[in-house]
Amino acid sequence: MNNLLVAENVSKHFGDFKALNDVSIAVPKGSIFGLLGPNGAGKTTLIRIINQITMPDKGKVYLDGEALKPTDIQNIGYLPEERGLYKSMKVGEQALYLAQLKGMSKQDAKARLKYWFERLEIGDWWNKKIQELSKGQAQKIQFIVTVLHRPKLLIFDEPFSGFDPINATLIKDEILQLREEGATVIFSTHRMESVEELCDHIALIHRSNKILDGKLIDIKRQFKTNTFEVGLQTQDSEAVVSSIKERFEVLPATFKNLNDDIKLNVKLAENVSSNDLLSFLTSKAEVHHFVEVIPSANDIFIQTVKRN
Amino acid sequence: MNHLPLIIKREYLTKVRNKSFIIMTFLSPMIMIALIALVAYLSQINNNQDRTISVLDETGVFSEVFTDEEHIKYNYLDNINLENAKDLVSSKEEYGLLYIKKGSDSLSQFESAKFYSEDSPSLSIISSLEGKIEKKLTDLKLVQDGVDIEKIQASRTRITIGQESFLGEKTSKTDSWLKLAFGGAAGYLLFMFIIIYGNMIMRSVIEEKTSRIIEVIISSVKPIQLMMGKIIGTSLAGITQFIIWVLLGGVMLLLVSAIFGIDVMQMQGPQQEMIRQAMESPEAQNQAQELFTAFLNLPLLNLCVAFMFFFLGGFLLYSSLYAAIGAAVDSETDTQQFMMPIIMPLIIAVYVGVFTVIEDPHGTVSTIFSFIPLTSPVVMLMRIPFGVPIWQQILSLAILIATFAFTVWFAAKIYRVGILMYGKKPSYKELFKWLKY
Repeated sequence: MNNLLVAENVSKHFGDFKALNDVSIAVPKGSIFGLLGPNGAGKTTLIRIINQITMPDKGKVYLDGEALKPTDIQNIGYLPEERGLYKSMKVGEQALYLAQLKGMSKQDAKARLKYWFERLEIGDWWNKKIQELSKGQAQKIQFIVTVLHRPKLLIFDEPFSGFDPINATLIKDEILQLREEGATVIFSTHRMESVEELCDHIALIHRSNKILDGKLIDIKRQFKTNTFEVGLQTQDSEAVVSSIKERFEVLPATFKNLNDDIKLNVKLAENVSSNDLLSFLTSKAEVHHFVEVIPSANDIFIQTVKRN
Repeated sequence: MNHLPLIIKREYLTKVRNKSFIIMTFLSPMIMIALIALVAYLSQINNNQDRTISVLDETGVFSEVFTDEEHIKYNYLDNINLENAKDLVSSKEEYGLLYIKKGSDSLSQFESAKFYSEDSPSLSIISSLEGKIEKKLTDLKLVQDGVDIEKIQASRTRITIGQESFLGEKTSKTDSWLKLAFGGAAGYLLFMFIIIYGNMIMRSVIEEKTSRIIEVIISSVKPIQLMMGKIIGTSLAGITQFIIWVLLGGVMLLLVSAIFGIDVMQMQGPQQEMIRQAMESPEAQNQAQELFTAFLNLPLLNLCVAFMFFFLGGFLLYSSLYAAIGAAVDSETDTQQFMMPIIMPLIIAVYVGVFTVIEDPHGTVSTIFSFIPLTSPVVMLMRIPFGVPIWQQILSLAILIATFAFTVWFAAKIYRVGILMYGKKPSYKELFKWLKY
């Protein structure tokens, strides 16, 4: 079994409202798994079921091949979207308390906290109250509290909200580092550029149903349209463009380039290879730019959601 | 994984270290004592003022009626008319002038009496003057009718009805008073405890919701553990506060009365005066003895055990409801609609306790209310000093515990769902729906 977390046919109702309908996901060990979906799709419900905050009506969740049990909370670190800390409690005390709730011993928690405080350049905050910190500073503490107990599975719900770009990068690097150290990450977000950057697997949930999942790269292959961005330099652009349009399907291009006279998106029929196009183009003009259009996570998200 | 001790510790320390909690703990007894001392001091000043009252008695009958008292001196005026007497009294800044007008009454020549003064006179002085005049006139009439006053006085009798139950337990009025005091104190203590610390629990649940930490916590511990931890931690903080109040209050009371020389315990009320006189009399020994036996007569063991159980049961029952309310709403202002059903039974319990139990501790109303779970802790605690059969106590306690188990289940449901609900004010209908989630 190479999956750290498996959810099988999970369903959940709230009264008449169906929050999750027969959703299954498999999160491979050591991956960063993007859990995507529009607002109210059911992501948070699924995450809460994994965290044993809510119980599923039907279906099972397995962690490391075994059915989820109460002690598994020690193996999970969860950073909810709605997050906060006790405002009038001191940073150190609070972190110790939360770590102990996750089953750490006091000494161990202290040592780890020291390590993390140095790592994230948190100096003498130990005796400060949360309400004396800025929002970004409090978020750092929250991040530390989430990862402190070395969980196998980390669940981040919109981890970058509230961070400035510098701290967001810092946190992103920490997440990648944690993955290097063997943690598996479930990552729920609306920000597609961070999905692009971080995730290697994704699942898309829409209206309580899972409508797409798999390796990001495989999904991109599925969604590719055999379209190429073409940038040419020539004296006689009109003639060249019309000759291309005779043989290939041409779409308007939006890519940015420095000095091409002609910018086109060329869509190839199934039996035509990219080399055919390239050799045709080189015979007509000087090729400066030739790239396959890879569908962005954003496009895939919007397309799939609209189709359903 | 049992996190309960950890949660209790945090809740307790957070409460106890809270600035306003500390201030309230130390300030409240000071304010209370200061208030008591002030009132005692003021009433003492008032009573200690020496006053002079001039008496203009046209009849001459009352010449020996008004004799000097501790703080009131009487000054008989002779050979002066009313107008001059008024001027005289007013110029000497005396308290007032009692004018007894001569009439045609054959016996006493008394027609009417009037009191002239600068300000309106104190009620107690007027009634004391009235009493003196009435007594003199009554005596005169009795003598005229040939009645021997000495005989009347000799024939005055005072009795106390001794009380005894069929089982042979002797009781007395002292007993009843003591029982009432014990029961009332226990019931009232519980009432105050629920109101103060129940609210504290509710606020602490709301705080976790508004600070949004709840989801982090709830991913580590079971909601019911968190709820119980809160209830127990807050109760311990409450007990700490109560103990400090009692100790501090006692010490300060002693201190204040020592420093200011005010006998705070004996406020100058009329009953206290009576009790004091009684204590000074030869019967005092008897009285103290009686109080002591009455105390021993109380079902002390039963009282202590029952107090513990009913206090605990009642507090836990109400505090789980408070916790549920806290979980259901977003802010303290939204709690009003849910507070009514909690406060009502409490108030009813206290009213039943005060009005019905005193009148008839084992009557139908008291008995019924001492079984209904939301009122039983208060009412039963008030009834127990009067001797409640053990089976009734056990039955009532069983009902209370069963209800507590139910409310904890109910509150935990509401709590589990409510703590993760933001933004909308739930209706009762929605709360009911949450039970099925």
